[in-house]
Amino acid sequence: MTSEYRIKQLSIFAPNTPGTLAEIAKIFLDNEVNISAFCIAEANNFGVVRAVVDKPDAVFAAFEKKNYLLKFTDVVAVKMSDVPGGLYDVASKFGAAGLNIEYAYASRSTTTPTLVVYVSNTNISLEAAVEKILASGLVLVRAAEMRI
Amino acid sequence: MFWNEKMETLRGKELQELQLKRLKETVARTQNIGFYQKMFAEAGIRPEDIKTLDDLSKIPFTKKADLRGGYPFGFLAVPMSRINRIHTTSGTTGKPTVVAYTKNDLNSWSELIARNLTMVGLREGDMFQNASNYSLFTGGLGFHYGAERIGCAVVPAGVGNTKRQIEMIQDFGVNAIHCTPSYAMHLTEVAEDMHANLDSLRIGVFGAEAWSENMRRDLENRLNIKAYDSYGMSELFGPGVAFECPEQDGLHIWHDCYIVEIIDPKTGEVLPAGEKGEMVVTPLVKEAMPLLRYRTGDITMLMEDDCPCGRGQKIARLFGRSDDMLTVRGINVFPSQIEHVLKNIPEVGDQFMVYIDRVNHLDEMTIDVEINKHLFSGELSDLARLQNKIGKALHETLTLRANVQLVEPGSLPRFEGKAKRVVDRRTI
Ligand SMILES: [Zn+2]
Repeated sequence: MTSEYRIKQLSIFAPNTPGTLAEIAKIFLDNEVNISAFCIAEANNFGVVRAVVDKPDAVFAAFEKKNYLLKFTDVVAVKMSDVPGGLYDVASKFGAAGLNIEYAYASRSTTTPTLVVYVSNTNISLEAAVEKILASGLVLVRAAEMRI
Repeated sequence: MFWNEKMETLRGKELQELQLKRLKETVARTQNIGFYQKMFAEAGIRPEDIKTLDDLSKIPFTKKADLRGGYPFGFLAVPMSRINRIHTTSGTTGKPTVVAYTKNDLNSWSELIARNLTMVGLREGDMFQNASNYSLFTGGLGFHYGAERIGCAVVPAGVGNTKRQIEMIQDFGVNAIHCTPSYAMHLTEVAEDMHANLDSLRIGVFGAEAWSENMRRDLENRLNIKAYDSYGMSELFGPGVAFECPEQDGLHIWHDCYIVEIIDPKTGEVLPAGEKGEMVVTPLVKEAMPLLRYRTGDITMLMEDDCPCGRGQKIARLFGRSDDMLTVRGINVFPSQIEHVLKNIPEVGDQFMVYIDRVNHLDEMTIDVEINKHLFSGELSDLARLQNKIGKALHETLTLRANVQLVEPGSLPRFEGKAKRVVDRRTI
């Protein structure tokens, strides 16, 4: 089953104004949400906060209620070996499989280092990408495991 | 269908004779006003010198500032005992301009509104919701009496309390609404949120600010109505001076009541049909406050083609108001141009704001744009692409670079009444 590797990432639009991040963090806190992976991507005067959390649906509704602009994005989480070259191993296997990493960021949620990856989906479905990743010998984290 | 077919379709010699007769009467009336006595003396002309319509060009222009100088009643051509109503125009600086009406003026004005509303399909028995300011602003009472005149049931809703406005449309079965286009947009959003059923609504009459074809399409689709542009100005009675017919291609201005000239705003030279310039209007049936060659400050042009509806020569929808015109780095910009660009980009939401600053002696234009909630992908790269796309489209139209800031839907101010989308923060 490839769908168990589909991880729901929250992508939250965040204007570059003082206090925005604190406000977002407060919503996570108020909803007792545990964040397993998190990053802020920034462009010219605005950003997108990306987060993998344990209660995505509940917190999505909480953000919407506060008029935030947000969306679920399907990502995968790849285990990396905790030795020099761990990232290279992942990146080169993606390359060899013809998978384009649009962006990636590290997570501390499992016992081993994990890389959250958004695969460019212009010419491949998530299911097909998951199959290719597994076939390359890499280990993917199941959505259920991310939430611990 | 016509309200006054003879006058609405009058043309050629018959029209010119009527215009000349009324122009002479108007010139005579202006001689009761100190300002015009002085103007004629200084220009070396006498009222009798106006023998043909072409002689109009001998008369100097009257400007908005001249009227302000006459505050409050310096431009009255009749004794106060004949005044039946007073309105004022919102002055952005200092005192407002007072406009006054005799009984005949009020009658002429509502006649014009009756023509307009009949032209777009309103009939006796229709219900007309006037979501317009009823106080000193001419939009409220002007439309009110015109709609009553054709036999509509008028709902004098006034401005604000949008939910209540929507409930009335729904519960009363309102057929037509009049308001500003930006308020119509706000009403649409709220109605959609309320899942209101506005099926009875057929006609929207929108005026008092410039609005684009895209905004029209948007309002027509979302409210399932026909939306018509209304033009007017308090100094020329108020709304109803010019109005779109069902062709929705330019506005019929009532030539039996107004002589229209288009001039080069810099040189004052009169321009031919098809050329864009400032509209100068000489009203022909105003008693209390006759005006000659009044500079409206509105940029439009006389259209060359006849209209299939049979009425007279049209003016184009406004390109902008010279008061609204911004000069940024020496380039003339109209907020309506910005709106037009943004409305053509689907990922852009409903509202925008323009800020002009001076940074290191250079003008900087910043435009805050709401994102369309339904087209947000969650991807930073898509947003960056959108930001670029907006910047490029604006640059193409305005020949000016602008900083585009993307903001969340619902975060920019909504306007009830005249939208103030431009904030000029430059200090000189
Ligand atoms: Zn027509």
